[in-house]
Amino acid sequence: MERYTFLRAFADSWMLIVLFAFFVGVCFWVFRRGSKKSYDEQSKIPFRHEDKPAPPRADDPSEEE
Amino acid sequence: MALLDKHQILERNVTLLAIFAFLVVSIGGIVQIAPLFWLENTIEDVEGMRPYSPLELTGRDIYVREGCYVCHSQMIRPMRDEVERYGHYSLAAESQYDHPFQWGSKRAGPDLARVGGRYSDEWHVDHLKDPQSVVPESLMPKYAFLADRLIDGRYVGDLLKTHRFVGVPYDEAMIENAVLDFKVQVDPDSDYDDMLERYPGAQVRNFDGQPGISEMDALIAYLQMLGTLVDFSTFTPDASR
Amino acid sequence: MTNYVKLILLGLIAFLALIAANYARDLAYLVNALTIALAAGAAFLWVLRTTDEPAVRVDLSGEYMDGVIRAGAIATALWGVVGFLVGTFIAFQLAFPWLNFESLQGIGNFGRLRPLHTSAVIFAFGGNALICTSFYVVQRTSAARLWGGNLAWFVFWGYQLFIVLAASGYLLGATQSKEYAEPEWYADLWLTVIWLSYLAVFLGTIVKRREPHIYVANWFYMAFIITVAMLHVVNNLSIPVSIFGSKSVQVFSGVQDAMTQWWYGHNAVGFFLTAGFLGMMYYFVPKQAERPVYSYKLSIIHFWALIFIYIWAGPHHLHYTALPDWAATLGMVFSIVLWMPSWGGMINGLMTLSGAWDKLRTDPIIRMMVISIGFYGMSTFEGPMMSIRAVNSLSHYTDWTIGHVHSGALGWNGMITFGALYFMVPRLWNRAGLYSLRLVSWHFWLATIGIILYAASMWVSGIMEGLMWREVDANGFLVNSFADTVAAKFPMNVVRGMGGVLFLAGGVVMCYNLYMTIRRSPIVEATNSVVAAE
Repeated sequence: MERYTFLRAFADSWMLIVLFAFFVGVCFWVFRRGSKKSYDEQSKIPFRHEDKPAPPRADDPSEEE
Repeated sequence: MALLDKHQILERNVTLLAIFAFLVVSIGGIVQIAPLFWLENTIEDVEGMRPYSPLELTGRDIYVREGCYVCHSQMIRPMRDEVERYGHYSLAAESQYDHPFQWGSKRAGPDLARVGGRYSDEWHVDHLKDPQSVVPESLMPKYAFLADRLIDGRYVGDLLKTHRFVGVPYDEAMIENAVLDFKVQVDPDSDYDDMLERYPGAQVRNFDGQPGISEMDALIAYLQMLGTLVDFSTFTPDASR
Repeated sequence: MTNYVKLILLGLIAFLALIAANYARDLAYLVNALTIALAAGAAFLWVLRTTDEPAVRVDLSGEYMDGVIRAGAIATALWGVVGFLVGTFIAFQLAFPWLNFESLQGIGNFGRLRPLHTSAVIFAFGGNALICTSFYVVQRTSAARLWGGNLAWFVFWGYQLFIVLAASGYLLGATQSKEYAEPEWYADLWLTVIWLSYLAVFLGTIVKRREPHIYVANWFYMAFIITVAMLHVVNNLSIPVSIFGSKSVQVFSGVQDAMTQWWYGHNAVGFFLTAGFLGMMYYFVPKQAERPVYSYKLSIIHFWALIFIYIWAGPHHLHYTALPDWAATLGMVFSIVLWMPSWGGMINGLMTLSGAWDKLRTDPIIRMMVISIGFYGMSTFEGPMMSIRAVNSLSHYTDWTIGHVHSGALGWNGMITFGALYFMVPRLWNRAGLYSLRLVSWHFWLATIGIILYAASMWVSGIMEGLMWREVDANGFLVNSFADTVAAKFPMNVVRGMGGVLFLAGGVVMCYNLYMTIRRSPIVEATNSVVAAE
């Protein structure tokens, strides 16, 4: 029972704060300055390689198959 | 911005993204499920609950097999109309030996949590064979074939052992005598005193009224004991629950 | 060399399955063991025929692996029609009980067909749709071929085997009675193997991607795969009574089992039917609208908020039951909060069309996708509302819940899948376009009217029966017997069945249209090949 009380208290205090901070952090991160360019770039990913895979990167030796 | 830049790592590193996503989704289940196992007031302290007798347990498996749970709940909520219609609201203690639970989610037919003793065995036989013959509005399918399927309880000992393994308090004598207990419960002429001692309140009758032990016997034995075990004079509601 | 190992393994599996069939304690187990033996035998023959053939090493890394997606698209369409057909049939069983044919007693009764219907639409139709679209999307947004070679094929065929095992098991009476998790222990074990292979293929492809970023659709797919693995394993913890029988005993019981089941059950909705399908939305809607998603920032917030909050919502299935109040309250609060991320996602999907709304008039495929997002918004509003205790006291155990589920499943999951299939099929088979856009319009209207009939009749029927159950007269006596409420629902049950017929007809029209697309549409030159089109 004590373990439960402890965990319960922990869950609705510190854990809540941590998770809430993570969420607020994500929001801040998403709306940080300069993010627009990066996200515009990422949102165009579906339009780039419709037909076939990109050629291997020059710096990537791990191409298998 | 140094800390916030860390999310970029998540956006690029699939292992971290996966681990973080897993952490985020596992919290809810841990907080909601785990405490139910060690909070003492989750299951009320009442008298009368006992494990199912071998015949009842076999009947319960038939109930599960035929998918009765998709149309019948076994969970009476504490609302006035439900208590009026079905009886005292269901306690957590009453399903403590139900592996798995049979609370159901839909009432295409009425709740069965306290159907035990409400109707006669003959009514159940008629109703299972042709539901519309006793309740003309009923949507229930016919289950006449259950009366033709004879069973001998060959594997009921294994079934009890498995239930004991997951925590149902079946003792050595119960397991040893499983097949015997299974058979005497449908035979009022047999020596069933030991069985009654092991399973207090078990009903001994030829449930389907025909010779031999059929699946119908087992199912009706199960239906007739549903909700009859708890002695409600020993129950005090716990407001903190 | 590996082929010899495979041959030995497959032979061993077939042999063991035959032994198991010999000792089978029940019919479902016998049939399932024979099915496994047959499948292992077929795989054995296939491996045998390719063994010691001169190896032709072709570098396929310059080509997307589309064969398995083609197979998945066919499976999705066919399983969909099967699932809709069973659903329509059992809907009529609830209106006309004589459809529980006497000659099929013990196989064709409602209680055995309903799990067949739910599993066929959720896991066979929805699951195949998720697997094949995720393979399509992850390759094209990672600019890399699927990782693991034939592992993707193993996932596809293994998943079909799971479906067959589960479906034949239900009909013959193998079920553990946990809704949407009915398959027995051996099918569950097999699904776990398949699912981990699926995760490996998916993550492997992302790891070798040639885009620096992971596109957000893949986040949703990945959360879906990981969470479903966790839910599946925990909710199916059970001990078989014998290794030669299908019967197993759940490890949890009563209230703990109920909580675990609805934690699973609600998140089967939240992750299988929502997160995974949102992955579809985040790829196919922008592609069909030919513009990037409305707000990529919103999609990231949407992701974290949705996956965190959804997992808590399960206990709202257990209001006023023997579940302790604290758990139910927690479930209710999170369910209501969940409204926000859900609508965030809906807005993100809908607004992707801003500036291109005229396409709604000209493009029936985009219309299909938009109405699916509309239904998503509607059912994610209805859901939080129904999770409020006071509302739930009326709606629980009634047809209202059934209506809610179907507006989500038919409207959101069905329509977005149809849209994705219409998008993918011409591209996968190198066709210039669909065989007929008019037939897509027909499908759209058949399905939409079908859903409206379904949802509306179930609202009326659910609220009516809820009110009739609780009606008491001036002296405090119940007014209606249970049988009265059953009789009163008859007209609504018929309308529901007719809605199902329309939706099923739409599915058949789609199959015809896709078939004719593959057969008749003009071929375009393959663009997905190793040899670049010069």
